[in-house]
Amino acid sequence: MASKVIHALYIDDDILMDAVKQVRAEHYHIEEVYTPFPVHGLDKAMGLAPTKLAITSFMYGCVGLTVAITMMNYIMIEDWPQNIGGKPSFSYIENMPAFVPIMFELTVFFAAHLMVITFYMRSKLWPFKEAENPDVRTTDDHFLMAIDTGHHDVDTMTSFLSNTGAVEIKVIDKEDNH
Amino acid sequence: MYTLSSKLRVFSIILVVIGAIGLTIGFLSTPNTIEEVKEMMAAHDAHGGGHGNTNATANTHATEGHGNEDAHGGDAHYEHTLHQLQNKPWAALYVAAFFFFMIALGVLAFYAIQFAAQAGWSPVLFRVMEAITAYLVPGGIILFVILALSGFHINHLFVWADPEVVAHDKLLQGKASWLNSGWFIIRAIVFLGGWLLYRHFAIKYSRKQDEDPNGNKWYKKSFKIAAGFLVFFIYTESMASWDWIMSFDPHWFSTLFGWYVFASLFVSGITTIALITIYLKSKGYLEFVNDSHIHDLAKFMFGISIFWTYLWFSQFMLIWYSNIPEEVTYFITRIEDYKLPFFGMLVMNFLFPILVLMNSDYKRVNWFVVMAGVIILCGHYIDIFNMVMPATVGESWFIGVSEISAVLLFLGLFLLIVFKALTKAPLLAKGNPYIEESKHFHY
Repeated sequence: MASKVIHALYIDDDILMDAVKQVRAEHYHIEEVYTPFPVHGLDKAMGLAPTKLAITSFMYGCVGLTVAITMMNYIMIEDWPQNIGGKPSFSYIENMPAFVPIMFELTVFFAAHLMVITFYMRSKLWPFKEAENPDVRTTDDHFLMAIDTGHHDVDTMTSFLSNTGAVEIKVIDKEDNH
Repeated sequence: MYTLSSKLRVFSIILVVIGAIGLTIGFLSTPNTIEEVKEMMAAHDAHGGGHGNTNATANTHATEGHGNEDAHGGDAHYEHTLHQLQNKPWAALYVAAFFFFMIALGVLAFYAIQFAAQAGWSPVLFRVMEAITAYLVPGGIILFVILALSGFHINHLFVWADPEVVAHDKLLQGKASWLNSGWFIIRAIVFLGGWLLYRHFAIKYSRKQDEDPNGNKWYKKSFKIAAGFLVFFIYTESMASWDWIMSFDPHWFSTLFGWYVFASLFVSGITTIALITIYLKSKGYLEFVNDSHIHDLAKFMFGISIFWTYLWFSQFMLIWYSNIPEEVTYFITRIEDYKLPFFGMLVMNFLFPILVLMNSDYKRVNWFVVMAGVIILCGHYIDIFNMVMPATVGESWFIGVSEISAVLLFLGLFLLIVFKALTKAPLLAKGNPYIEESKHFHY
């Protein structure tokens, strides 16, 4: 079935936010919104599920902490006990304050890097990937909302969208354009 | 307008009365002579206390060996204990007086930062903050009286105030140009006077802005005075922490002590703002305060708790690692004689807030914030306790009637004054130029 997609362009994030709310109130299906910068609260307005990235970040942090403890225990206590500054070198717990900076750093390192990698994978981003961006102006100063027409009437939708403050509306055939 | 319920008024007056009675008992029951100390210890031994053994041996030494050096050594030990026990109610009074004063001071600094940063989220909370800072006046006067008594050696809290001790101590003689009674009191007057002066004008301008918001004339004055105060505050707070806390151990010093105390008072102040805001909301006031405001306060509680830990650890690790005798004694006495409060407050001030307040959703659940807040406040009370007690009471510490009564006394006074101050002005600072933004603040 030849389903169509409408691309509505906006030039202001506040107008875009209002438009998103109106479109959702009409029960049209928003496929995606492309913006030049992160718009605060847009995910909630679009009704996207809350991100689980924070939970992965916590788990990665725990992994980092574990790696740090295991590593320092092996290097400094078990494999080759080193006496630095006369500190007890045969017990991890007694020497723990000296290891806290490393434990902290590796926790942050693991949490930050693995979270970024997870975010890339989740967003299907990798090096040399072709941009999915439908209009190059959304990397500059325009906001683009892609709405699935479904079984709705295209003309009513376009007039509705121009009322929400869209500066440009394009109707695109999905099958011609993949 | 908020009206002080008679229930709350009676409750806080009862706290004050119980605290005052308990503290009087605490002062009256301190031993006056070495004989009384011996009697107390003997009675304590009869009960079979945890450290009965060491005391019992000391006892036999003192009673058996009449006239020889054993008895002398024993008496010196008792005299030492006598002084510690005489200090105990004073130190308990001091810890509680300082703790509640520092909450109000932390709120004052937070309030000034809101103005200096022209923060848009917080103006709906300004009247709560202003009310908490009202405690600065009586709290500051009480603290000043205690400091003056200690500085002029009416009690023995500060060893540097004792001319006998200084006469035999080269280090204290070297520090005498800073640590002497007169200069100590003058500094206290300057610090407290400056802070109270800022509070007076900040409140005045805030009320005037409500009456006459045209042109934001008063708001601009608030901004200027807040910026000036913050500069004054960060220097004087640092010096006050040397004077009022670090000089309990006058041989020891730490260069980041001012920041460390600042983190303590800041997080305690923010926690108190959150607790009082949640209390008022539960009573149906502050209808303009939404979840996002509580969320932001909880974020600050979480963040400053970690900041406190960072400073605490920076101080601890360097001293632990370098292990220089004159520095490391500070932590050795705390770990040996104060093991439970020392490690306990780390759990309460770091581990607990980080685990409870990490999740974003929990920062919006009021009872979660209240629970975390109560633990944080108790943790920082114990932190102050750990700063003051080892140098004044030493190994003779225990949480007795003086400690509990002092907290009740000042808690009652604090509640009475703060909630009384809340009735003085409308709960919404309606003239503030950011008030609409703050009302619609949404995370």
